[in-house]
Amino acid sequence: MVAISKIATGNGHGEDSPYFDGWKAYETNPFHPIDRPDGVIQMGLAENQLCFNFIKKWVMEHPEASLCSAEGVNKFEETALFQDYHGMPEFREAVAKFMGKVRGGRVKFDPDRIVMSGGATGAHEMVAFCLADPGEAFLVPTPYYPGFDRDLRWRTGVELVPVVCESSNNFKITRAALEAAYEKAKEANLRVKGLLITNPSNPLGTILDRDTLKGIVKFINEKNIHLIGDEIYAATVFMEPEFVSISEIIEEVECNRDLIHIVYSLSKDMGFPGFRVGIVYSYNDAVVSCARKMSSFGLVSSQTQHLIATMLSDDDFVDSFIVESKEQLFKRHKYFTLSLSQVGIGSLKSNAGLFIWMDLRKLLKEKTFDAEMDLWRVIINEVKLNVSPGSSFHCDEPGWFRVCFANMDDNTMEVALLRITTFMHKHNEAMVPRKLCRRASLKLSLSRRRDDFMSQNMMSPHSPIPQSPLVRART
Amino acid sequence: MLSSKASCNSHGQDSSYFLGWQLYENNPFHEVENPTGIIQMGLAENQLSFDLVESWLRKNPEVMELKKGGESVFRELALFQDYHGLPTFKNELVEYMAKMRGNKVKFDPNNLVLAAGATSANETLIFCLADPGEAILLPTPYYPGFDRDLKWRTGVEIVPVHCWSSNGFRITMFALEEAYERAQKLNLKVKGVLITNPSNPLGTTMTKEELDHLITFAMAKNIHVISDEVFSGTVFDSPGFISILEAAMDRNLENTDVWSRIHIVYSLSKDLGLPGFRVGMIYSNNKTVVGASTKMSSFGLVSSQTQYLLTNVLASKRFTSKYMKENQKRLKKRKEMLVSGLKKSGIECLKSNAGLFCWVDMRHLLSSNTLEAETKLWNQMVCDVGLNISPGSSFHCSEPGWFRVCFANMSRGTLQVAMRRIKDFVERSNFMGRIKMNYQQNMSSLSRKLLSNWVRKLSSPDPNEHER
Repeated sequence: MVAISKIATGNGHGEDSPYFDGWKAYETNPFHPIDRPDGVIQMGLAENQLCFNFIKKWVMEHPEASLCSAEGVNKFEETALFQDYHGMPEFREAVAKFMGKVRGGRVKFDPDRIVMSGGATGAHEMVAFCLADPGEAFLVPTPYYPGFDRDLRWRTGVELVPVVCESSNNFKITRAALEAAYEKAKEANLRVKGLLITNPSNPLGTILDRDTLKGIVKFINEKNIHLIGDEIYAATVFMEPEFVSISEIIEEVECNRDLIHIVYSLSKDMGFPGFRVGIVYSYNDAVVSCARKMSSFGLVSSQTQHLIATMLSDDDFVDSFIVESKEQLFKRHKYFTLSLSQVGIGSLKSNAGLFIWMDLRKLLKEKTFDAEMDLWRVIINEVKLNVSPGSSFHCDEPGWFRVCFANMDDNTMEVALLRITTFMHKHNEAMVPRKLCRRASLKLSLSRRRDDFMSQNMMSPHSPIPQSPLVRART
Repeated sequence: MLSSKASCNSHGQDSSYFLGWQLYENNPFHEVENPTGIIQMGLAENQLSFDLVESWLRKNPEVMELKKGGESVFRELALFQDYHGLPTFKNELVEYMAKMRGNKVKFDPNNLVLAAGATSANETLIFCLADPGEAILLPTPYYPGFDRDLKWRTGVEIVPVHCWSSNGFRITMFALEEAYERAQKLNLKVKGVLITNPSNPLGTTMTKEELDHLITFAMAKNIHVISDEVFSGTVFDSPGFISILEAAMDRNLENTDVWSRIHIVYSLSKDLGLPGFRVGMIYSNNKTVVGASTKMSSFGLVSSQTQYLLTNVLASKRFTSKYMKENQKRLKKRKEMLVSGLKKSGIECLKSNAGLFCWVDMRHLLSSNTLEAETKLWNQMVCDVGLNISPGSSFHCSEPGWFRVCFANMSRGTLQVAMRRIKDFVERSNFMGRIKMNYQQNMSSLSRKLLSNWVRKLSSPDPNEHER
């Protein structure tokens, strides 16, 4: 049998990571409040499901945004034909405006620098193809999103060199860490072409402060390497301190703008992962030009461009949405973290993202990644929650877990919390019997909160793997 | 500073194929607003049957508000990013594809992988089948986009299989073998052969014989066959369309090695005329290829919103049957209009039964049988005559003088204008040709000089001539 490519037969797709194993466990036994109340609750998927009613209302009130409505069908032909890789001007303008609003109007984005891609997944791969040759490398601060291993490396042949960040200083990206990574790359004979940061951070849920950002910009200018800022969670900053974008920093410090590139998407801020709206925004003309040509491999469906252009041009809607989304995320985050703290579970102090970085170090039998895997298996199989182990994010310290909170309704959240508290009580009882008296008061406080939050009527959690109601095909 | 991919020109955009588009964009024809502008005949789009789709949409309010049984499915769609694709969509697609092949081939939806257009599907398939530095054989003339899609980011090479007008550009065993040997001499490991059937730019469907040659060749050399069948829904005349899988089934090859080395690429951009929606797909009986390409499709999934809309359109069987029939009728008529229009100007086309274009023989209009002469003629066609047609060299045709001319991306009125312009051009060229011949035969060197000045002045056409 003739061989197919090394890329196809290798495991550069990264799906053998435990990050995806948890999803598979969920897939075989997914939670449903009625049909499968003992199933696994999906907390490993960073989706934003908290504002759908808000968005749906707008969609119903604006039939012209859909090509299929009586109001929109007159645009069908020109939209169906539109395959220009520049993208619809109204789409680019609307996205540029949205990106500016998300940054509090402190920065303006040029619609002509907006390049489409197949989601942020496609955007990252495209940027890697533009900036680096096979065998060259990007630096990436840990812990980082597991998908980067595939998106930046698989078909591009580019290497990733971790910039190790530690819990001792809340995973700050220090100059020392950057230099150490750069040296390590040099020793391994890898030519570093760029640094990729995710801000707000996945999985930490934190934002980079101004000084750190300035330090990063200084570093990349000194080394003459590119800076790729993945700002996919920009609108999920629900609490102070305010988000500071790379686009703002370069107005404040000296910087070679040809080195600056932003990756964005509507998958997290708006909760539209299915629509595949990825964006590459580069300050480098040659990169814009090259990326635009490459975007042929992952253009945004013109039908979707039309919907998004209409939606994001509605200033009133956008302004209210940004506020509403922050509020919902804030409420959910507060409730979740408070409830966890009441059973002695801490997490990294965060103000953004769709997840928390949960600290379960003290539950480890020993300070090893094997122990982390053991604990993770317990969480999946006994507690029945799919959470993501820190090792899959290349965290250098065992015991951390990313737990998503925005991809489920209130009822499911309650069930998840109940399971956690039950588990913690069992664990605490095993450790320290005194905690019994706390349980009674905890039950009380939980039921009070349940009344506050049981307002929305949302459906069961979704995942990209076959439990979506859309997947129950009629054959 | 940037990658070598960013700095080189393997994106293929410096080709005349794309330059023509740019020239068109700077001065696009419009019946009312810019009647002297350039007419776009270099874009293989199908604009003939939109009214059919639009009328279906108007009659189907359920799809209009993203409703399914009364409940809005907006949220589910917005969240749906499963790279396996919407199962109902894939079910409809395989049925549609089978119908197009007269139900002689059955497709399994589990072997179908969605991609962002055929552009993405082709690139993904190459990533799966070949390593950087390996090669794919491609019969000429071929679609210029392949230079980008198959080579640019994959690092794979293309080795052309030369086909000639003397036998209607049919693929022969000899041509395949010759190309293979050439690859060997260049130290290139051949991993597969890619065909476009129906052919772009020829507009012809492959004969059983050609398909058999390809399969035999693939078996003998132990290589893959990729059949780009994006134009399979545009076959409007006999002989009918034979898919590579049908040819393989006729030879009872289902349980042999080569069966898992045959892959099909398809899209809804050509027959359904929906290039903007980016709906491409790979079909393969090779589980490893399906697995790998499914994962790779993450880089270019089809928007769930679009999957949902098209599921509903394709589910309407009466509509799809009606559409296929009517679309083919309209394509045939429009092609005949182009062919007869060109014939009146003494220009012949390759006999074709499919596609959205004709392969036009303008060799007799060349000043010499060279690439330079073809380029000169092309320049005249775009800049002087105002027609963006695509020169054969951009399709890597081995013989100068052939041009691809599209007919399905414009109104009847615009096509008529185009035909008139060509007629005028040819008449002018004939006139000038006769003058030139006489002058060469009769003139002394001094008179030649005087006359050549006059000729030069005469040969720059009056722009006002086009306004009719």
